[in-house]
Amino acid sequence: MKEIEATGRQLAETIKRYHADYIEARLEQSQATHITYRRRELESVDRTNAVGGNIRALVKGGWGFASFNSFDDLPARIEIAIKQARLVSGPEIKLAPVEPVVDTVPEDAAKNPAAIPLAEKKRLLDEYNDAIWRTPRIQTSLINYGDSRKKVIFLSSSGSYIAQERADIMLRLTAVATDGDDVQQAGLSLGSRGDFTAVQGLHRRVEETARRATELLSTPHLKSGEYTVVLDPVLAGVFAHEAFGHLSESDFVYENQRMREIMTLGRRFGSHQLNIVDGAIVPGLRGSYKYDDEGVPATKTYLIREGKLVGRLHSRETAARMNESLTGNARAIDYRFPPIVRMTNTYIEPGAVSFDDMLSEIKEGVYVRNWYGGTTSMEMFTFSAGEAFMIRNGKVGEQLRPVVLTGNVFTTLDNIDAIGNDLDMNQGGGCGKAGQMPLPVSDGSPHIRIRHCLVGGR
Amino acid sequence: MEAILAQAKKVAEEAEVFTVLAEETQVRFEANRLKHVQSRQTGRTALRIVKEGKMGYATTTEPGKVRALVDAAVETAQFGMEAKFKFPSSGSYPAVEVFDPDTEAAAAEEMVGLGEELMATVTGHTPDIVCEAGVSKGAMLVRIINSCGGQAEYHKSIFALDIEGSLIRDTDMLFVGDSQSSCHPLRNSGEVAESVLRQLELARDQARVPSGSLPVIFTPRGVAGALIPSLIAGFSGKTVIEGASPLAKNLGRRVFDNRLCLWDDATIAYQIASRPCDDEGVSSQRTLLIDRGVVANFFYDLQTAALAGTRSTGNASRHRGLPAPAPSAFVIDPGDTAFEQMVRDMKEGLVIEQLMGAEQGNILGGDFSGNVLLGYKVENGQIVGRVKDTMVSGNVYQALKQVIAIGSESRLVDGFVRAPHLYCASLAVAAR
Repeated sequence: MKEIEATGRQLAETIKRYHADYIEARLEQSQATHITYRRRELESVDRTNAVGGNIRALVKGGWGFASFNSFDDLPARIEIAIKQARLVSGPEIKLAPVEPVVDTVPEDAAKNPAAIPLAEKKRLLDEYNDAIWRTPRIQTSLINYGDSRKKVIFLSSSGSYIAQERADIMLRLTAVATDGDDVQQAGLSLGSRGDFTAVQGLHRRVEETARRATELLSTPHLKSGEYTVVLDPVLAGVFAHEAFGHLSESDFVYENQRMREIMTLGRRFGSHQLNIVDGAIVPGLRGSYKYDDEGVPATKTYLIREGKLVGRLHSRETAARMNESLTGNARAIDYRFPPIVRMTNTYIEPGAVSFDDMLSEIKEGVYVRNWYGGTTSMEMFTFSAGEAFMIRNGKVGEQLRPVVLTGNVFTTLDNIDAIGNDLDMNQGGGCGKAGQMPLPVSDGSPHIRIRHCLVGGR
Repeated sequence: MEAILAQAKKVAEEAEVFTVLAEETQVRFEANRLKHVQSRQTGRTALRIVKEGKMGYATTTEPGKVRALVDAAVETAQFGMEAKFKFPSSGSYPAVEVFDPDTEAAAAEEMVGLGEELMATVTGHTPDIVCEAGVSKGAMLVRIINSCGGQAEYHKSIFALDIEGSLIRDTDMLFVGDSQSSCHPLRNSGEVAESVLRQLELARDQARVPSGSLPVIFTPRGVAGALIPSLIAGFSGKTVIEGASPLAKNLGRRVFDNRLCLWDDATIAYQIASRPCDDEGVSSQRTLLIDRGVVANFFYDLQTAALAGTRSTGNASRHRGLPAPAPSAFVIDPGDTAFEQMVRDMKEGLVIEQLMGAEQGNILGGDFSGNVLLGYKVENGQIVGRVKDTMVSGNVYQALKQVIAIGSESRLVDGFVRAPHLYCASLAVAAR
């Protein structure tokens, strides 16, 4: 990891010789290991070493950006970025001011998945795979394990020089059961900020996941329609991320007059009990960091407070344009991309309602747990549940096939009429935007209840 | 590369080195105007070895560090899967045209001009639309060498144009968009502009949909988004050898409508998914997957083909790490019914252009369910407006058994799917 430090120090001097309104660079060095299992055996194991960087330059109204793997002739890369920026003419871009920072943020030495022998990782995954295959009627299984450790140096023409290290671990297991032509799957997704113990000791949960896949084979389809639904913390976290989080990303808003009118601070989206937060400063989660990829210190931002829109997520450009405070949400998945506005750790704050009370008022509804995925178009969003159960007369009833839920952000948030007291964070997700995927994020929520939710079954 | 292969051969029985070098430039428009110009230089090298019969794999961006790369591959080989195949030895490759020097030569100013032209046409039609668009060009050099004497090398150029427009009225949001790609440079934006304007016209009014079962026409984009993901999973040699594909036991059986033909085709000239060989250096080919409704073949890489006791179909892709079977381009043969004729035939139903979330469900089982992000209501043979807050659910294997008609014209979507319109008899619709 020494090489990029030497290059970084030199580059910090070199950029002083160039004329642009602003220049920044990121240099990155990373090591990653991926292990996949399919069926009964390990399918692939690979190791990746990558070194790369980029130069981003602002000249008046345009951004130029050049990324590279080769560190030969960096001055030429700076010139390309500046030349590209000059191609763009338009109203001048202002950046919200940020104090220059010189800092080093090392990763906790204990959190170095690269130091754990491959044999140990394999032993653990073997045990999980065995746990899946002990279940009858399993047709196939898939395990995806990935860990990485990287160091990123950020430097700018304003004098910032920040070296940050981070580690990340992801584990996703899928069990597939078949019965004649019918195929059903169940999954388990976990992640951590480099802490290997977070993916250890999951044997019982893995077995439950495999059993769930086989149980789904005999469950009925839900009839598509509108239902009262109760979401578990995992799925409600995905809901917070998809249904509202993306709409809070200012790059969707700042240059669109009509979006700005819709997203006026103070607008009511939900009931007084609803609070939604995003923040990288919340420590130890997969979306946590000290500085974002523009060198801006991380914060914690209320997006919705007591049902009203009170804040949104910013880069330096969007904050300046909207005349709002910096939030430190400019992130890039790696050196190949410029930073864009992203979420970090997004969650619905807990309320006071117990799970049982939430169910007790429902005559017929659907209880949904666990996630497959989710996506948004801003106004409308969908997210899919890994598990679904009928709710009948206040009790969780028979299990159903997995379902997809959809809604309209301007009505669905207001249809949340109960917020549980059991906040839990889900670290197993990755977020995609503008080709940058999967970015480590976390999301969470307590159990929530939504009235009039459109659920797709068959 | 040769140095890596030589070093690897000292410690392993077999070895293969794969490199890709690429340069890309993109001009990006935000809020109807040019905002970013980006370039990307990438260089990646992957080493795969077979040591004591087992596969090891490592990649790097620093090909000069031969020892570190070989060591990493050796470390992983202790735990790797048993290699059931031999690397291809030297052979000849089909002439698949995928490089045009004019693409590389296209100036950033020309790309800006193309984007501005597109933006002007769309905002000229609908002044309050807010568009994001991109024009990109790229060139790549792929090289593969292996210890069996196999050698492959090709240049590919890529040019692409994309646009997404949002039209917001109070809290109602309409999203329209399209894209086009080729190995040739695109000289005008007419095709994309025309498609976006047509979407805007059809979506001018809103229409209500009843809940229940309705016939649905998927546009080529609708087919690519809602139906293709399940077919990719179903025809992949990997899911087939595991027995996880619902098609695994149906080779040679008719499971789809008897007019339906599906190919995987990596040989179409100047299409961005084409190539003379796959990522293991196996010759590209056209593979018939569905022959008039009958499951005719699956797609394989070397390892899955060996496990299935068949030959690789040239479908190895290194999208994530080790080569794995992946489609090159899926092509559905056109049928005999014009889209207008399908609409005229429909008493009440939907036309679906984009089904949001369709790829999130139980893809392997063929189930799909999504929110109609862009789609239209048909009443008495006429499109009457756009539908919203509507969910459509179904199963690909059932939907493609009950096809009323196949469109007479096919269209390339996102460079990887060429499909006609498909008119399906009945899907579950839930609306509010």
